[in-house]
Amino acid sequence: MSLWLLLAVNSVTLGGLLFLLSAGFSLIFGLMRIPNLTHGSFFMLGAYLATSLIARGLDFWTAALVAGLLVAALGGVVERLILRRLAGAELAQVLVTLGLSFMIADVCLMVWTGDPIRIDTPGALRGATSMLGLGFPTYRLAVSVIAVIFAAALWALLDRTRLGAMIRAGVDDPAMARVVGIRVSRLFTVVFCLGAWLAGFAGVIGGPILSVYPGLDQEMLPLALVVVILGGSGSLLGSLVGSFVVGFLYNFGQAMFPELAYVVLFLPMLLVLVVRPQGLFGRQAV
Amino acid sequence: MALALAIVAAVPLWVGSTYYVNIASQILFYAIFALAVNVLAGYAGLVSLGHAGLFGIAAYAAAKILNTGHGHLAVATGALAVTVLAAAVFAALALRGTGLGFVMITVALGQIVWGVAYRWISLTNGDNGITISGRPSPFGLSLASPRGFYWATFVVFLVAVASMAVFVASPFGASVRGARDQPRRMNALGYHVWMIRFLAFLVSGFWTGVAGVLYLYYNQFVSPQAVALAASAEGLLMVIAGGTATLLGPITGAALVVVMKNVASAYIERWNFVLGAIFVAIVVFMPEGLVPGTVRLARWAVAAWRSGRARRARLA
Repeated sequence: MSLWLLLAVNSVTLGGLLFLLSAGFSLIFGLMRIPNLTHGSFFMLGAYLATSLIARGLDFWTAALVAGLLVAALGGVVERLILRRLAGAELAQVLVTLGLSFMIADVCLMVWTGDPIRIDTPGALRGATSMLGLGFPTYRLAVSVIAVIFAAALWALLDRTRLGAMIRAGVDDPAMARVVGIRVSRLFTVVFCLGAWLAGFAGVIGGPILSVYPGLDQEMLPLALVVVILGGSGSLLGSLVGSFVVGFLYNFGQAMFPELAYVVLFLPMLLVLVVRPQGLFGRQAV
Repeated sequence: MALALAIVAAVPLWVGSTYYVNIASQILFYAIFALAVNVLAGYAGLVSLGHAGLFGIAAYAAAKILNTGHGHLAVATGALAVTVLAAAVFAALALRGTGLGFVMITVALGQIVWGVAYRWISLTNGDNGITISGRPSPFGLSLASPRGFYWATFVVFLVAVASMAVFVASPFGASVRGARDQPRRMNALGYHVWMIRFLAFLVSGFWTGVAGVLYLYYNQFVSPQAVALAASAEGLLMVIAGGTATLLGPITGAALVVVMKNVASAYIERWNFVLGAIFVAIVVFMPEGLVPGTVRLARWAVAAWRSGRARRARLA
């Protein structure tokens, strides 16, 4: 299999993971106007929790779901007990999420130590699948498929359900949404938990590819920021396109300019900021 | 005021151990950093979470220039020029957004610098950082000893505070505050709000660079740790803890954070946890800053105690 094809597969996989991470980030930002700086921590925490759950004998997929739920519960607590108290003070909310991210990172370091932990690829998905006469790593294909399923499910949720209509109304005009009787504050909790769940789940299924180590949170958070600045806040399509752009740039950047891969990532963001500050699919400037 | 200055100037004389003199030096250059962050976060109302990036650019630039064999004067001017240039680029990009957009873009910019410091190994030596040998001796005074370095830092610190005082009182300082409070009205009055913010960013970048160069000379070493998001957060914490948009606030905040960091790391390993917890506590309970916040809580406690006593007196 040629190097370029392998890179492309890896890019799609990373794009899928980033989509799971940034869709929640983007919705939270779009609805609550909070750049949730704990989002990278949710990703890392999900992965760490899953390593412990798997060590207790749970299988990979159950562990992924449960770890996601635990992270979502934490997200709910954070939203209800802390962010809610600071409603309206957006800057204070950002600073609180930043403070929490340091606390979570330090607790993870204490509990799971500083050594990287690898999550084993689930048995059925090990090895390679051959398609069109070429062998593809099965697990990476599976991650891409999961991301596509989630994208479709999220789109259906936002575009086809009553809850989705309420969330869209909240993103577009929170004040007006309140006036017509939507309990926007309850939406905040729902969206925050959903976003936290997606991030935690993404951390787990990213585990076999990225493994878990201290600092993973600070590495993923800027990627989510770039995706959202690129795609526009509150836009699902924006997150999807942005995630794949970042996924491709990261993998090809790493192959071509290994030392600068991390920087190459930010170039399209800078370009978009200059040309179109609201993001490719956003309605309002960040 | 003169007495306070004299006491601070004489720190190396009345503080015995060099350990404490070194901590005092740290407080001074971090205070310069906090004052610089305050120009944006306090007076201009633009919260930057990428300032450690500028701080690091100054330190790395100084280290690179020094290690290519240039003199210390070239180091200082070169590093500051690079930092102000970088600040201009940061400002041009970050000012595409306001409010939360500004915060997000500065986080991303700070992480770019971190990425360069950590991954571009041929330029920055990656995680191992860059070591320099020796501090300068301006006008024949050696800064190699903790005392000498303290006094040099103190002089720079005084210049920084004085220039901040001038900045705040100047018409430009007033227009920066105006652009923070009433951007549209300022615009209508004919002020170029964007340009005011851009210039404020440059002022902030310049003093951040000064602090970064002092940091390098103090440690004689710089690594990606200086550029991490946590470092930006620390700078912001100093400002918020002390009280934004005041002159004394960031200085108090810097002293507080540096002392806490040294005390905390002497007893527990978990400085980042403490930093995060303080951040959360301050924002939730004392959004106006630690100094005014403590006063308010104390007043509230006294009032609650008095009313409780009055109620008990009535019941008796």
